[in-house]
Amino acid sequence: MARISVQTGDFDIGAELAALTAGRTDIGGIGCFVGTVRGNAQDHVAAMTLEHYPAMTERAIARITEAAEQRWQLLGCTVIHRVGRLTAGENIVLVMAAAAHRQPALDATEFLIDWLKTKAPFWKKEEFSDGGATWVEARAADDAAAARW
Amino acid sequence: MADAETPVTILYFAWLRERTGTSLESVTLPAGVGTVDELIAWLAERSPGHASAFANRRTVCCAVNQEFADATARVGPGDEVAFFPPVTGG
Repeated sequence: MARISVQTGDFDIGAELAALTAGRTDIGGIGCFVGTVRGNAQDHVAAMTLEHYPAMTERAIARITEAAEQRWQLLGCTVIHRVGRLTAGENIVLVMAAAAHRQPALDATEFLIDWLKTKAPFWKKEEFSDGGATWVEARAADDAAAARW
Repeated sequence: MADAETPVTILYFAWLRERTGTSLESVTLPAGVGTVDELIAWLAERSPGHASAFANRRTVCCAVNQEFADATARVGPGDEVAFFPPVTGG
């Protein structure tokens, strides 16, 4: 059973890792991905606002975690996605997958973030340092990354 | 079972919300509107903002009752239908 949270506040990676492994001796590897707001000089991104579809989001994420749990026989899985306004450098998303061995843990982590990007109802609006703002467009590369699973 | 007068809840997200100027509206489906495609054609006539939101259907995604749906999906009284751009989370 995955831990899924959609929240405005930050997450504590250490605490989430401890919760994922508490009392377990069967886990052999844990994959972890953290997505953050990239505010590089080229893009001039100062902040972004994450919007979502509250009635649908957790269910859509549960579909994705269930697929990963079955396919890689995960022993635990955590997906935390933040919403609201986030400034450059802040955490956006945490994905963790625990398995008996490293390869399924790493593969499942990659799968989870690839599918989260293309199959969960979130939208990013970027704010630029000049005051402009624009909705991020879906990238064909993300679709291709999701399709390879 | 909902009767024909039971409204459909329409939700808009991201730039579809901005263009239509609303995040939620309640509509009663006219006769002849029974699919997502037909609903879009009908909603597009509600205002210039709606027309702009639905101008390029390739960039409009849909969910019916919180499940992703394509243009041929059925819609009926009592449904919740959401329109949004391709998702960009993660």
